[in-house]
Amino acid sequence: MKTIKYIVQKEIKQIMRNRGMLPIIFVMPLLQLIILSNAATFEVNNIRISYIDNDQTSISRELISKFEASEYFSVSEMYRSKKDADDALKKGEIDVVLDIPRYFERDLVRNKHNSLAVYLNAIDGAKAGVENVYLNQVVRDFNRKISLEIIQPEDKMLKQMNILSIPSFWYNETLNYKTFMVPGILVLLVTMLSLFLSGMNIVREKEIGTLEQINVTPIKKHQFIIGKLFPFWVLGMIILTVGLIIARLIFNVPIVGNIGLIYLFTAVYLLVILGMGLFISNYTDTQQQAMFIAWFFMVVFILMSGLFTPIESMPDWAQKITLLNPIRYFVEVIRMVMLKGSGLGDILWQFGVMSFFAVVLNALAVWSYRKTN
Amino acid sequence: MEKEKVVEVNELTKKFGDFTAVDHISFDVYKGEIFGFLGANGAGKTTAMKMLIGISNPTSGEARVSHFDVHHQAEEVKKNIGYMSQKFSMYDDLTIRENIKFFGGIYGLSRKHIKEKTANLIEELQLQEVADSLVGSLPLGWKQKLAFMVSLLHEPRIVFLDEPTGGVDPITRRQFWELIYAEANKGTTIFVTTHYMDEAEYCDRVSIMVEGKIEALDTPKKLKQSFKTDSMNGVFLKLARNVE
Repeated sequence: MKTIKYIVQKEIKQIMRNRGMLPIIFVMPLLQLIILSNAATFEVNNIRISYIDNDQTSISRELISKFEASEYFSVSEMYRSKKDADDALKKGEIDVVLDIPRYFERDLVRNKHNSLAVYLNAIDGAKAGVENVYLNQVVRDFNRKISLEIIQPEDKMLKQMNILSIPSFWYNETLNYKTFMVPGILVLLVTMLSLFLSGMNIVREKEIGTLEQINVTPIKKHQFIIGKLFPFWVLGMIILTVGLIIARLIFNVPIVGNIGLIYLFTAVYLLVILGMGLFISNYTDTQQQAMFIAWFFMVVFILMSGLFTPIESMPDWAQKITLLNPIRYFVEVIRMVMLKGSGLGDILWQFGVMSFFAVVLNALAVWSYRKTN
Repeated sequence: MEKEKVVEVNELTKKFGDFTAVDHISFDVYKGEIFGFLGANGAGKTTAMKMLIGISNPTSGEARVSHFDVHHQAEEVKKNIGYMSQKFSMYDDLTIRENIKFFGGIYGLSRKHIKEKTANLIEELQLQEVADSLVGSLPLGWKQKLAFMVSLLHEPRIVFLDEPTGGVDPITRRQFWELIYAEANKGTTIFVTTHYMDEAEYCDRVSIMVEGKIEALDTPKKLKQSFKTDSMNGVFLKLARNVE
């Protein structure tokens, strides 16, 4: 116990003395949360739409003005030909082209239906899908309006027999993207900092040769590892706290559930991440190597965490892989607890898996740490 | 009178794949002796020393340090030895006092004991004015003297020094050897590797390793006689030249 205390003291002194450290602890979370939470959004707005109006009638102009009125679209100039519009799409100047055919108004009045051509830039399929939905909403709105004006009363009766579904969005009533993203990004921050800092730390001692000096002392493996990891565990908790404060004060993210539960889960989660960092540093000789390996895992973990893309839409095999991803569990839990107010009973499964990971990884780390070659 | 053997090495061997770094070496080191462990770069000195301090497992043969087997009782060995590596291995970002406290602490010295040791050490090396400055800011010679004294904090029976005076000026080297003599006079055994042949002359006995084997082992005086030369430098060159 006393030995561990000496190591912890030494680590804390070294951390505090490292000039780069305090900004990392306090400024990085702030910057990252502010930048990423605002930037990493799937909300599609500012859709750049253009049109080819072959009809030039009051109806066609009315349709365009509908788009102008929508907050999701920004209408740019009209193109004279389909070719001009094609070019603009290719150059990426616009996202959507609305092609209004000739005799649009005449045919609409005469036949009571008509069709429009729409071209979408679908390189980002998800975005194009959303754009299409918005566009159809505007067109449907327009339909309803002109049917009142143009189409006969008996049709009006028919129109009114629509079934309307009224959604109410639970846990995030206003569909605020930040409410969804901020907890997830906080998870990333806690994970990244603790993985990198702990992974680098022991390799650094290898590089400067002090680890050899430690290895010729009668220190026990577990004493050394606990002494090394404890300060970073505390650091992880501090970063979580800083992040939660920022989330609450700046982003107004609700914390519906028990905040103690978040800390409890993080306590176990950090053991997993620190164990991993240590495991990496046992198998590397330089800080660069450790950094590369840590990055490799980080990228896979982030992309497969459900933070940016829902796990449910991954293929089956990928979903199975995510079961090994600690970030996945933390993202789930922090969203559940902060936004839904889930209790310990609801996150028991995630909690169990994390505890299991923590035991396995730390056992591996202690086992793979060799005082003797 | 039979002297106590602090190090007993018998047919100790270390292979890395096909390469034999240390090839069946055998020797003893006695209590209170200054034992010089010489050899050209790559002769296997450091590898042999790493086995003796319990951070490298021998491929075959055995060695006992302070009566403990280095292979099977490595942790017991570690309680009884001090070690100072080629690379300066104290923490640059800790002060002198903090380094002493840390190393004293992990060797299990009591708080009171650490305090005493710190005071003595700072006084002996006359480091009063820099005791609270970071070790990284000290000149290399000071750092090495400090590292030597720190390796003695837990009063080991034997201390292993791996090229302790690499890269320092002759005056500092002289001072360093005065510290070594003082410690040997207290009964501590000194096991030292070096590239400086004048330092070899200061040793009680010297062994010279060539390509993993010990080719010569005796007092500097006898070595010079049997190789018919007037300096250790001559002995070393004759042995090394035989290889080519």
